[in-house]
Amino acid sequence: MSNAQEFPDLEGAEVTQGDNVARPVNPLRDPADRRLPRIAGPSGLVIFGVTGDLSRKKLMPAIYDLANRGLLPPGFSLVGFARREWEDEDFAREVHDAVKDHARTPFREEVWQQLAKGMRFIQGDFDDDDAFDNLRQTIEDLDKAQGTGGNFAFYLSVPPRFFPNVVQQLKKHGLADPPAGSWRRAVIEKPFGHNLETAQELNRIVHEVFPRDEVFRIDHYLGKETVQNILALRFANSMFEPIWNRSYVDHVQITMAEDIGIGGRAGYYDGIGSARDVIQNHLLQLMALTAIEEPASFHPKALVAEKLKVLSAVQLPKDLGKHTVRGQYASGWQGGEEVVGYLDEDGINPESKTDTYAAIKLEINNRRWAGVPFYLRTGKRLGRRVTEIAVVFQRAPYLPFDSYATEELGQNALVIRVQPDEGVTVRFGSKVPGTSMEVRDVTMDFAYGESFTESSPEAYERLILDVLLGDANLFPRHQEVELSWQILDPIEKYWEEHGKPAQYPAGTWGPVEADEMLARDGRSWRRP
Amino acid sequence: MRIDLTDTTSSKINSALMDARRASGSTAAGMVLTMVIVVDEGSAYDALKSANDASREHPSRILAVIKRAGRSPRARAGARLDAEILVGSAAGSGETVVLRLHGELTSHAQSVVLPLLLPDAPVVVWWPENAPLNPAQDPLGALAQRRITDAVTAESPVGQLAVRADSYTPGDTDLAWTRITGWRSMLAAALDQKPVRITGAVVEGESYNPSVELLGLWLHDRLHVPVQRIVTDGPGITAVRLRTKDGDIVLDRPDGLMGTLSIAGAPDRIVALKRRDTAELIAEELRRLDEDAIYAAAVRTSVEKLTDEEAAVESKAATAPVAEAVAQAAGEVAEEDTEAATKPAAKKTAAKKKAGA
Repeated sequence: MSNAQEFPDLEGAEVTQGDNVARPVNPLRDPADRRLPRIAGPSGLVIFGVTGDLSRKKLMPAIYDLANRGLLPPGFSLVGFARREWEDEDFAREVHDAVKDHARTPFREEVWQQLAKGMRFIQGDFDDDDAFDNLRQTIEDLDKAQGTGGNFAFYLSVPPRFFPNVVQQLKKHGLADPPAGSWRRAVIEKPFGHNLETAQELNRIVHEVFPRDEVFRIDHYLGKETVQNILALRFANSMFEPIWNRSYVDHVQITMAEDIGIGGRAGYYDGIGSARDVIQNHLLQLMALTAIEEPASFHPKALVAEKLKVLSAVQLPKDLGKHTVRGQYASGWQGGEEVVGYLDEDGINPESKTDTYAAIKLEINNRRWAGVPFYLRTGKRLGRRVTEIAVVFQRAPYLPFDSYATEELGQNALVIRVQPDEGVTVRFGSKVPGTSMEVRDVTMDFAYGESFTESSPEAYERLILDVLLGDANLFPRHQEVELSWQILDPIEKYWEEHGKPAQYPAGTWGPVEADEMLARDGRSWRRP
Repeated sequence: MRIDLTDTTSSKINSALMDARRASGSTAAGMVLTMVIVVDEGSAYDALKSANDASREHPSRILAVIKRAGRSPRARAGARLDAEILVGSAAGSGETVVLRLHGELTSHAQSVVLPLLLPDAPVVVWWPENAPLNPAQDPLGALAQRRITDAVTAESPVGQLAVRADSYTPGDTDLAWTRITGWRSMLAAALDQKPVRITGAVVEGESYNPSVELLGLWLHDRLHVPVQRIVTDGPGITAVRLRTKDGDIVLDRPDGLMGTLSIAGAPDRIVALKRRDTAELIAEELRRLDEDAIYAAAVRTSVEKLTDEEAAVESKAATAPVAEAVAQAAGEVAEEDTEAATKPAAKKTAAKKKAGA
């Protein structure tokens, strides 16, 4: 879906329509040559907080998988930065183990050797000037030894409170200023603040050091094939778009459910809650992609313009008390295991009002969607781990059957299964075999696992590659982040001032209040 | 699950397939293409194994067509179809039917295959060896969107390229071409890094390997520079040199596993450039089913364009014998004497050249 080939000058600053920076054409490349993969140019990646979970389970395996698929440039370098007292070899061994445990593609010694040559480790604190001097020296050495050409991305896999520190240090030591003809990029992970104010503050800090177009915000949902497929489904086909509007759609349900609790993340989670953790970024992005108008092209600017239009057209319900629900999981049995309630988790204040479940109703005020509610819900310790977008259609205006015949007929639905079991389901009525006329719901199914087995790359693979290529299509821009907070802030404020979270037993589909919230509109939640 | 049907018909095979699917609870909806493999009994096992491995990425119905014309006139006069159906875990992530065509039926294979194609899904035909002279005109090839041949298995592998070029029809592709994707992408990446004017190129690799020639032809076609072909002991392609005024860009892979990329003025870097197995090649082929114009342009460039002399020398006389011989071999595929005679000669000149350099 990215159109990088048509915009070869994406790297670096602003790209405007008709921008034609003269670049030597590589005679060995041809847009018709679809076999040649998009290989990143000479570059390296510096990971701060490299000893963390994300780095071990996602980033390192993704880098190996990219190398294994031949998508990384020769001489690609990986620099780890953390407090731990490691030598380069210890770091390499750590990456080796992480790759063996978590990589998607089979382990191949020759690929590993290619990668291992460019691995370095820097030990130090984020306010340690020597360590950053050391980092600069290492980067310069890598340019010489590995030919990385001064192109480096800095991946901040650290809690946001360290961001100011790290970016200022990068600036102070000249690491954020690219040598002529090269680039320096910053990659940051959620949370992007915890309300509009802090998000703006964070953007200000990062933009002070890195230009806007060199900051890549990772929302790993956008790297998922199924999410990218929303755009393909809508804009590459002709059969869905005509009914993708208020004339046919009754409502949309977007669900992201987790079966796990907060695990060891008490420190991070308490005070943040599920709405800030999930709705602000993932669910609002999914909603935007489901609702946007056709972009003029898949150029990042064109896409972001459409997303911003949708997000700024979002209308909150007038009575937030009736159309939003938050909950906390109570102790219960989940999948055969007894689990404790949120308030009994280690490190959680027993008086905590943090939500582990949130459901909200939004409307989009434009010609396409006016009057169609979008129900967004997320939660921990729900029935099972699932993320899906269900577009539920209106009932047929007239049914020429007698009422008994259609008793079991529900509403038609198109469900995009984001994870797991990625695919698309269409639900419609069909005659039950037999002598009487009876119509019942059946499903038609497309599963990625069946149609393109094993080829789906992990979200992080795609996103890291896009960072190195400078393709910003799958990354939320700072305006999107700020608009999302503008949507969520009034809800959070209302929740703070009114009541407390409803309790729901772990392993169920959320509090009864959430069911009541939909029942008020004459609807019900799908069981995902 | 395995079902044997002897003296059967396509419609019986179809209903057996449906029964087998019902029994295992799966549906045909997920399969993305039909792959027809035309093989003989000897190479059927390897080809099916590769196709099954590839079908993990592209779930497909695999139809192996094995022709057994029969040795005696009596056997040749009869006609019989035997089928072996594999569904479920035994058949990768799709279903496999091995069709054995006896007697006169061997010349009507398309009548057996046509009813067994998946509805509305692309068809790919693969000849692991003995590909027809004109794949698109072949009765089985005519059913397919994609026709995969493999020049390396021909009697005269390099001459086969000219045959492929003569009969090229959009949708044709050759595994000799697929084998060099890794090299091509690495060379393109090298030029991304150092956009310089190339003044000449050298490809080095074993003899009887048309991939070396194809890589040279591709470079010639894209760069419009003289390309020299040097014969080495292999394995496969061993090196590519792109000449520039600042020095050579060299991608060197002596062991068929790890390559070294050297660019003048930049550090040497190692790159993984493993020779891939057939399953991986087939999987790559199935990823795209549209016309490969780049292959067409490369294969249609005459092998005569490659010299075995240093480009700067430009001695027409020295290049003539090889080119002539190759052209001749292309004309008469069966005649391997010419090929065998020229190859050592080419090798000798190359060796001499090396000793001189």
